[in-house]
Amino acid sequence: MPGYDRHHPTPFFVSGDPMIYASDVLIALTLVGVVFVLTYFRRWRWLWEEWITTVDHKKIGIMYLLAALAMMFRGGVDSELMRTQLAFPNNHFLGAEHYDQIFTTHGTIMILFMAMPLIFAMMNIAVPLQIGARDVAFPYLNAISFWLFFFGAMLFNLSFVIGGSPDAGWVSYPPLTETPFDPGPGENFYLLALQISGIGSIATGINFLVTILKMRAPGMTLMRMPLFPWSVLSASVLIIFAFPALTIALALLLLDRLAGAHFFTMLQGGNPMMYVNLFWVWGHPEVYIVVLPAFGIFSEVFATFSRKRVFGYTSMVASLMTIAVISYFVWAHHFFTMGAGPGVNSFFAIASMCVGIPTGVKVFNWLFTMFKGRIRTSLPMLWAIGFIPNFAIGGATGIMLAAAPGDYQYHNSYFLIAHFHQVLIGGVVYGMLAGMYYWWPKMFGFILDERIGRWAFWLFNIGFYVCFMPQYQLGFMGMTRRVYIYPADMGWSTLNLISTVGAYLMGIAFVLIVVEILYSAVWGVRDTTGDPWDGRTLEWSLPSPAPHYNFAHVPVVTERDAWWGQKEARKKGEIQKETRPFQPIHMPRNSGRPFIMSLCFFIGGFGLVFEWYPLALVGLVGILTSLLMRSVERDTDYYIPVEEIQHIESNLGRA
Amino acid sequence: MAIGHDAVLSEDDETTPLEYRHENDVLRIYGFWLFIATDLVLFGTLFATYVVLRANTAGGPSESQLFEVPIFTAETLILLTSSFTCGLATFQMHRKKHGWLSFWLVVTVLLGATFIGLELSEFITYATHGATMQRSAFLSAFFTLVGTHGIHVSMGILWMLSILYQLWRTGLNSTTARKVFVVGLYWHFLDVVWVFIFTVVYLTGVAH
Ligand code: HEM
Repeated sequence: MPGYDRHHPTPFFVSGDPMIYASDVLIALTLVGVVFVLTYFRRWRWLWEEWITTVDHKKIGIMYLLAALAMMFRGGVDSELMRTQLAFPNNHFLGAEHYDQIFTTHGTIMILFMAMPLIFAMMNIAVPLQIGARDVAFPYLNAISFWLFFFGAMLFNLSFVIGGSPDAGWVSYPPLTETPFDPGPGENFYLLALQISGIGSIATGINFLVTILKMRAPGMTLMRMPLFPWSVLSASVLIIFAFPALTIALALLLLDRLAGAHFFTMLQGGNPMMYVNLFWVWGHPEVYIVVLPAFGIFSEVFATFSRKRVFGYTSMVASLMTIAVISYFVWAHHFFTMGAGPGVNSFFAIASMCVGIPTGVKVFNWLFTMFKGRIRTSLPMLWAIGFIPNFAIGGATGIMLAAAPGDYQYHNSYFLIAHFHQVLIGGVVYGMLAGMYYWWPKMFGFILDERIGRWAFWLFNIGFYVCFMPQYQLGFMGMTRRVYIYPADMGWSTLNLISTVGAYLMGIAFVLIVVEILYSAVWGVRDTTGDPWDGRTLEWSLPSPAPHYNFAHVPVVTERDAWWGQKEARKKGEIQKETRPFQPIHMPRNSGRPFIMSLCFFIGGFGLVFEWYPLALVGLVGILTSLLMRSVERDTDYYIPVEEIQHIESNLGRA
Repeated sequence: MAIGHDAVLSEDDETTPLEYRHENDVLRIYGFWLFIATDLVLFGTLFATYVVLRANTAGGPSESQLFEVPIFTAETLILLTSSFTCGLATFQMHRKKHGWLSFWLVVTVLLGATFIGLELSEFITYATHGATMQRSAFLSAFFTLVGTHGIHVSMGILWMLSILYQLWRTGLNSTTARKVFVVGLYWHFLDVVWVFIFTVVYLTGVAH
């Protein structure tokens, strides 16, 4: 396109800012440190054989979890920087451009590189164990999904020190993101990183849908399945039908930027609203993709820690599926103010409010599950209970926003910021932390420390309200989102300062959680029974951590809460010991190719970011070669011999 | 792969088609159907974009000025025929006729390549007349929608070649049978997408 210079002056390495230099140094030091530790302890081989090439869903889940926590740290630092800038009027801690970049990376990382991998972590860790399967349907594809996410996240984070961060918000609306207004590689980083990890997410959706539909243990009908797999099922359906829209939105914008196409430009007939629609056709289902698995986790936790079966199982399933369907008909509520007209706005307003009904059903079911239960407030339960008031407030403010005429007032104000943080943190983060505490012993064989965990919970919970309640008020007072500075005479100063204090409290809580993990790794209570919470579902029938084939004998299920039923029957002396002989177990082989292929995606993506087409071509050739090599590969699986199973099981005291 | 229920499925049950005899293969075929669902949404999104932008020619060439009936009719006939020959390949696979199976796959690949050749020459003709992707929103949408289909077909050709090689290496067994079956699904799916391109893009385009 003529009329502007496509050759931007941005230097390759971002320079000029002391914070960035500090990060450069930190990144270099971390890399050197990692290399040193691995070499010193001779762990390179271990890293490659046990982790990088693994196709075991449990290990992939752990890698997702660690990566997500690291990303939570990065996104968290971003948020603390922003809150520091906003703590005082006329503050000059961050400049305007810097603030733009930080809210963009914060939002993008928190949703796509923190929330998504965190739900994938929980899915990987729990779903096969809960449905009595030995792995997911496509373990090799599962590894590809993980590494695509990983390298997508790497590409995104690289923009911080190389080329410059994206700065047009996590939604990246054109025409602002078209080259004339936003030259430089920042937006390209955003587009390609999301594209790469998005491909992995689609694959995960397919993988888990097939796993849940086809690989349940004999006797586990759909209506005997625990609620977490149900929630994953609905999230997978959402992924399958929503993510392709994001793929297209990103691809078209990339074509605009790299090939000079005119999908969303202001010239030559382009239509920027098209992007906004495509983005939210994915974006709204996306928030349900992250929150539905959290609902699933809450259902497990409330039942286990109330020592009751979950109340209203059937209505729980029905409401999960209803939410999944309705979530496709609400996307326009993200842009009521763009003038679609009263007819369209009314439709989307009513549809949005309808989501409240099945959600309300779920909340009441959780409350009834606790009613007259024998409640233990262990850490998972603490986060689950903390979630309820949070989500009630978030839901109520959501209904306010869904009222289209009202939204003309709240739109893009701090009221909105407070609302979506309340549901994203109160719903997704609380849910995932509950899940993390709940399944931690299953993953690692020890329980996370209660005392530190309680401190972390209360600091976080209190910090949350201190941070976000004032923001509702600020929204009413006219403070809009994405402002980096405000004058002293607006009356916003006190509330902003309070809000920042809350953000710091949450930051301290995060640090405490990290401390708790490290502390418990050394001093934590070991889980020797495999069933530390007196659980109800099949994963608790296994030793902690579970052997790599999960179940030596595929369990036969006769009722809901299968493991609880077995325990009851055993107490009554109705169940004899397992008498079936061991059989060789069919397992997939490890492979380094998912890693290498995703690395090729990274290389190709990096080439495209800087429009270095030869490098992009190298990446593409690498990807095609990997696909081809997989296609002709024949030695993809093996059988674990009976003696080895015998040996492992007797070492675990189970045979 | 994984769980190892495959003892449940008996290998020499003659009534089960070859590609459905192992649990692994059953899962993969099922997964592939779901992949097709995602691809369908992907194309649906591109169609929506095209329909929104088709009138935005920005003073450049419009649909009826570009599309030529003989060309896109030929493309359509060739691709539909290739779908038929691909069906014949699956049919011969079920009859365990290895030679015929390969023959029909080769014919399908050749027809597919002819289709791609025609499409490329169509694109080049447009471009030499100044109708490039950069000219207008309509043309951006056109090239992207039809081009995405073309890339899919090209991938299908490469994939079939790889399967032909594997058939030649290992003969017809449940794994190669499953691959032939799946690539067939893919090919028919692309044919369906083309039918929509034919009607939504070309037919209504020349009628405008
Ligand atoms: C310690 C917790 C958090 C704090 C203190 C925090 C703070 C903030 C702040 C200050 C902004 C920028 C507001 C503006 O200037 O417009 C923001 C934006 C945002 N946050 Fe958070 N946040 C937190 C956690 C999260 C989490 C967990 C998520 C998602 C799962 C999230 C998602 C977002 C999104 C999507 C945006 C919008 C970015 C944009 O405007 O493009 N945040 N947050």
